[in-house]
Amino acid sequence: MVEIVFISTLNGVLYGMLLFLMASGLTVIFSMMGVLNFAHASFYMLGAFFGFEISRHVGFWPGLAVAPPLVGGIGMAVERYGLRRVHRHGHVAELLFTFGLTFVIQELVEMVWGKLPVDYRVPPLLDFPAFTVFSLNYPAFKMFELLISIAIFLALLLVVKRTRVGLIVQAALSHPEMVGMLGHNVDRIFMLVFGVGAGLAAVAGVIAGPALVTQSNMAELLGPILFVVVVVGGLGSLSGAFAASLLIGLAQTFAVASNASLASLFGNLVSDRSQAYLGDIWNVTVSQIAPILPYLLLVLILIFRPRGLIGTRDS
Amino acid sequence: MSNKFAMTALALSLFGVATLPAAADSVLKIAYIDPLSGGGASIGQIGLNQLKFIADSLNAKGGVMGEKIEITGYDNKLNPQESLVAVQKAIDEGIRIITQGNGSSVASAVEDFVGKYNERNPGKEVIYLNYAAIDPTLTNEKCSYWHFAWDANVGIKLQALTNFIKTQKDIKKVYLIDQDYSFGHSVADTTVRMLKEKRPDIEIVGNEFHPLVKVTDFSPYVAKIKASGADTVITANWGQDFALLIKAAGDAGLQVNWYTFYAGGAGGPTAVKQANMSDHVFQITEGINNIDYKPAQDVIRAYIARYPDAPVYYPRLFNETGMLFKAIEEVKSDDPVKIAAALEGAKYPTFSSGDEGFMRKDDHQFFQPLYISTLGPLSAKEPFDEEHTGWGWKMVAQIPVADTILPTICKMKRPE
Repeated sequence: MVEIVFISTLNGVLYGMLLFLMASGLTVIFSMMGVLNFAHASFYMLGAFFGFEISRHVGFWPGLAVAPPLVGGIGMAVERYGLRRVHRHGHVAELLFTFGLTFVIQELVEMVWGKLPVDYRVPPLLDFPAFTVFSLNYPAFKMFELLISIAIFLALLLVVKRTRVGLIVQAALSHPEMVGMLGHNVDRIFMLVFGVGAGLAAVAGVIAGPALVTQSNMAELLGPILFVVVVVGGLGSLSGAFAASLLIGLAQTFAVASNASLASLFGNLVSDRSQAYLGDIWNVTVSQIAPILPYLLLVLILIFRPRGLIGTRDS
Repeated sequence: MSNKFAMTALALSLFGVATLPAAADSVLKIAYIDPLSGGGASIGQIGLNQLKFIADSLNAKGGVMGEKIEITGYDNKLNPQESLVAVQKAIDEGIRIITQGNGSSVASAVEDFVGKYNERNPGKEVIYLNYAAIDPTLTNEKCSYWHFAWDANVGIKLQALTNFIKTQKDIKKVYLIDQDYSFGHSVADTTVRMLKEKRPDIEIVGNEFHPLVKVTDFSPYVAKIKASGADTVITANWGQDFALLIKAAGDAGLQVNWYTFYAGGAGGPTAVKQANMSDHVFQITEGINNIDYKPAQDVIRAYIARYPDAPVYYPRLFNETGMLFKAIEEVKSDDPVKIAAALEGAKYPTFSSGDEGFMRKDDHQFFQPLYISTLGPLSAKEPFDEEHTGWGWKMVAQIPVADTILPTICKMKRPE
């Protein structure tokens, strides 16, 4: 029992941090610009493939240093020449624009790198088990993921809450005219924020690429879970997204570890006939539905607490 | 003068129209219906490459009965509805031989459609060659005269696999993990049933289902496998669900043997190499590239020279097309009615080893030797690696045709 709880907690935290790593850029763009960026997962994929390409020639670490600014630059160009024009027509237009962008990016990636998974490797420096608990290894690379994730969280929190830049960015969202009057270039602020968000997605891509599968469909496979993190956490809240990532990670991991089903819990109390009537619902185990739990959480949060766990606004 | 010119033009155009069907007759058209865009495209494209390679090599030698073979790819996005639209489109374009493989739900829809189409359009029959869908219902409950299956179905594969496991005395505790949909369940149920019969001493320590392509992190599942004390895991996972599972197991240092259906699928060998599991991952297939059989190896070399990114994934496509062309030459016609009759009960030396397989008349299921192989570093006698990993499939055991036979409940309805 201790073993299961300990291992599940550890796995849950690690998975949660991976989720936050992937969702941080989305939260930044969403909370500071109010743009729900469907193409976020595509920037994440671009980061992974750029990282892979650079790692092939000069190694993983230069990839980690170079790929995010590159993708950030692409992000800024997208904002400057695409999103900014669309912005005037409201949220639906923005959604459609970023949605279309996902297909364009996927097609481009397929043209360059093909449709098969590429062999993106964990750097040799981190390719060893960091420690062993209950005879299960925990690779050093996962610890690295965890550290980067926490570092990004703290850095973002610091910038947004404690610096002048954060102040201006926040003000630009709620009172763009006023900030403009005060002599700041609001358009440029938005462009930079979008660039930072895309860059963060790329950081996640470079790091998650070797750990998961780097393939041209990785964006569409990742997509939905990130929106769950942002919505459950609360629209526009970094701490919320952090908490939601942890919550989802832990919930899912503990659910996988559990073999309980309605049948095993109440089997003696209900007659055979009504059991047959309940059918699959009666016999399905918690572990079987574990990966669906985040989406259930999403639905419940939207019904009962639309602003999310630590959200500051309703939309 | 101008009148004469107009007459000539008219005559020419009439003549042109009249000759068109005749010109089309000298081409043998095959429609390939599989995912060519989206998530399944990586597999769909490989099949199309292989068919094009087969067609081009035969055309260079003069084609089949003087007819050039032409393969046309139709994208079905792995969706049954889209597939039927594609089948109809192919038929409208005059194609009467259809091949498809990925997704049993797609296969089932196509099988149904072709059966009904042929009933309503006598004289214009279409034949459906299935190279990969392996749901047993396709050749049992739902069997159709116009459907022929070249990959061994789930029951046959597991019959062969459990016959092999029967001889492996060091297997004591087995863990099953599969995707939560009809295919995963049919694999799990059949495995449990057959193991109970053949090796009652084996303990099944886990029978897990997880949602299809929704899991990002498999480490909790790996922790569960570890806790169960299993020495062997059997899984029919494919694609990302296989790659992520095997990588999570590699990260955690889980020491078990893996028996799989699709470790050889696109991206599988890369993941196994990254997880560093040399000689721990087994697959059951109708052939591997590293069988010491020269005719196959020559073809594989020529194939790799043209498509360097992947060796031959589907030996069965060579069996399928080989038998189709042989049937056409036997009956001296590309009429699907005659082809179907010739395929029933046909014998054929399989691509990978030359050992004979046969198309069972009762259910149109092809029976062939199956191979258990393991992925790892190669010796000098094994020339082909997978996905540039340096590792390749090495033969562990050949399951002879006799050990793969399963009865069928198909009641074949033959056209009068």
